[in-house]
Amino acid sequence: MSDKSIMQLSNIHKSFGNVDALKGVSISIKKGECHCLLGDNGAGKSTLIKIMSGVHQPTSGEIMIDGRPVEMSGPRDAINSGIATVYQDLALIPLMSVARNFWLGRELTKKVGPITVMDFEKCNSILMSEMDKIGIKLRDPSQSIGTLSGGERQTVAISRAVYFGAEILILDEPTSALGVYQTSNVLKTIEKVREKGVAVVFISHNVSHALAVGDKFTVLSRGETLGTAKAGEINYEELQFMMSGNKELSELKARN
Amino acid sequence: MSDDVKNNSSLKTNFRSVMLRPDLGAIVGVVLVFLFFFLVARDTGMFSLEGSMNWGIVSSQFIIIAVGACLLMIAGEFDLSVGSMIGFAGIVIAVTSVVWGWPVWLSIITAFVVSMSIGALIGYITVRTNLPSFIVSLAFLYILRGMTIFIAIISTKKTIIGGVTEVAENDWLAPIFGGEIFTGVFDWLGEKGLIQTFVAGTKAGQPVVSGIPMMIVWAIGLVIFAHFLLTKTRFGNWIYASGGDAQAARHIGVPVNRVKILMFVFTAFCATVFATTQVIEFGSASADRGILKEFEAIISVVIGGALLTGGYGSVIGAALGAVIFGVVQQGLFFIGVESSLFRVFLGVLLLLAVILNTHVRKLITGAK
Repeated sequence: MSDKSIMQLSNIHKSFGNVDALKGVSISIKKGECHCLLGDNGAGKSTLIKIMSGVHQPTSGEIMIDGRPVEMSGPRDAINSGIATVYQDLALIPLMSVARNFWLGRELTKKVGPITVMDFEKCNSILMSEMDKIGIKLRDPSQSIGTLSGGERQTVAISRAVYFGAEILILDEPTSALGVYQTSNVLKTIEKVREKGVAVVFISHNVSHALAVGDKFTVLSRGETLGTAKAGEINYEELQFMMSGNKELSELKARN
Repeated sequence: MSDDVKNNSSLKTNFRSVMLRPDLGAIVGVVLVFLFFFLVARDTGMFSLEGSMNWGIVSSQFIIIAVGACLLMIAGEFDLSVGSMIGFAGIVIAVTSVVWGWPVWLSIITAFVVSMSIGALIGYITVRTNLPSFIVSLAFLYILRGMTIFIAIISTKKTIIGGVTEVAENDWLAPIFGGEIFTGVFDWLGEKGLIQTFVAGTKAGQPVVSGIPMMIVWAIGLVIFAHFLLTKTRFGNWIYASGGDAQAARHIGVPVNRVKILMFVFTAFCATVFATTQVIEFGSASADRGILKEFEAIISVVIGGALLTGGYGSVIGAALGAVIFGVVQQGLFFIGVESSLFRVFLGVLLLLAVILNTHVRKLITGAK
């Protein structure tokens, strides 16, 4: 595990009109590390991930990827910089088939005479082998995403991001809507992905899910970071306590 | 034993995937409609060559506008201005060619450019304002109809402009919309006695059906094009995605706004094809042409299995929905049933189709 940050955000501010959603957030993401962003509702988690994934632009502050400052004007820029985001409920389109979802936006094509068409044969065979690797038994690449369970959908979305070369994978509350069994499957998927050297940013307000896979924990509250701790340096009660809004900043800073 | 179970479950899977075809309802509907009219209207000449050409042309008219409405609905939007667009495009052709004396090919191209630009404007306003396209296009239903009547009145003091046939003579583009193909084949079939010929009058000896009207050619061409675009190309994947979940599609980098605007343009294109074929066929344009066509298009699409909420549907289904439309409308005429009952039938069919589609949607999305 290298010490160099793959993505670094420094002193990010974001205001929507008079509302300051983020008031100087700094965070550093490393390769092969699962960095958990914890915070209660309204803490600024979703604004932060939207900035990281290019949907919003920061009002001020700097984003560095691989040590170079970047400006992302849209999700495409983020994707091109190796950042993939899996949204809680916006990850996949339920009415479309697994294959159409997996390849959406990056469809493999081939030429038939002068016409460019989707190469379904290739799309389907790669999809089936990727699904097999990640542990999803797919009946048929043309079955709709709606027929999969919530955990399977998250897993499909994660494996899609990784297949397309994501170096930084942002997961927005991937487990919040899932049952115990499905949650453990998604957490296992996160482990597999991290072992491949992908930097995972895991957003959650569930401390026990975060503790199960996290290497680092950053707590957000009212648009500010309360600090970052490494696994083993902090326990469930302390994280829970910080998330609930009782800022024990001094104590946390002393630990780091 | 285990083989039995396996066979059973794969049978179930097959059954399920057949059930989940968006166009299943329309396929069944077409079979039933043909069966019904074949039983009750066999002796009326409905299924003779001439009779078939009759409902074939009417079905083609429905198909042309249904194809545009279908892709647009799958992309998650509606266009209620289709009927007004038909009237508008027709008047543009008639005014520029007959009143202003432009060559007909230039009038037709102008009508396409103007209509498709308005389609783009409707799309642009829809994606920019985030308003439901239902409302934006309803506004254009009135704007375009009003403009059409206004243009007709100020340029000719009439709402019907004739004389297109005369100016369209020897035009190179007009036959692509108003002519017929395979006329030689039909002449030959008539000579060989394989199809009926007129026995008296000025057309004596000529076949009763002289060729395949361009209306039918356009309908088939548009169905093939749209079906191919939707199911085989990457742009088709984006159409599904834009209607299925625009936000999710945007996050993955699909140019949703561009897709939606282009589908509005395509719908306007289809409306203009309809308008042009009618103007060239009748030799006149009328400011009130196309009224209610937008709803007929939407009904065809819904009968064809598309979801009103977007993201799911089939061009083939929409075309079959349009065929059901055409066959029933003309069939009732053949068997001498009061034609007002056609609307009752349509209303009932629409209701059944929507209920069926909602059920199918639950099956696909796994929603309870």
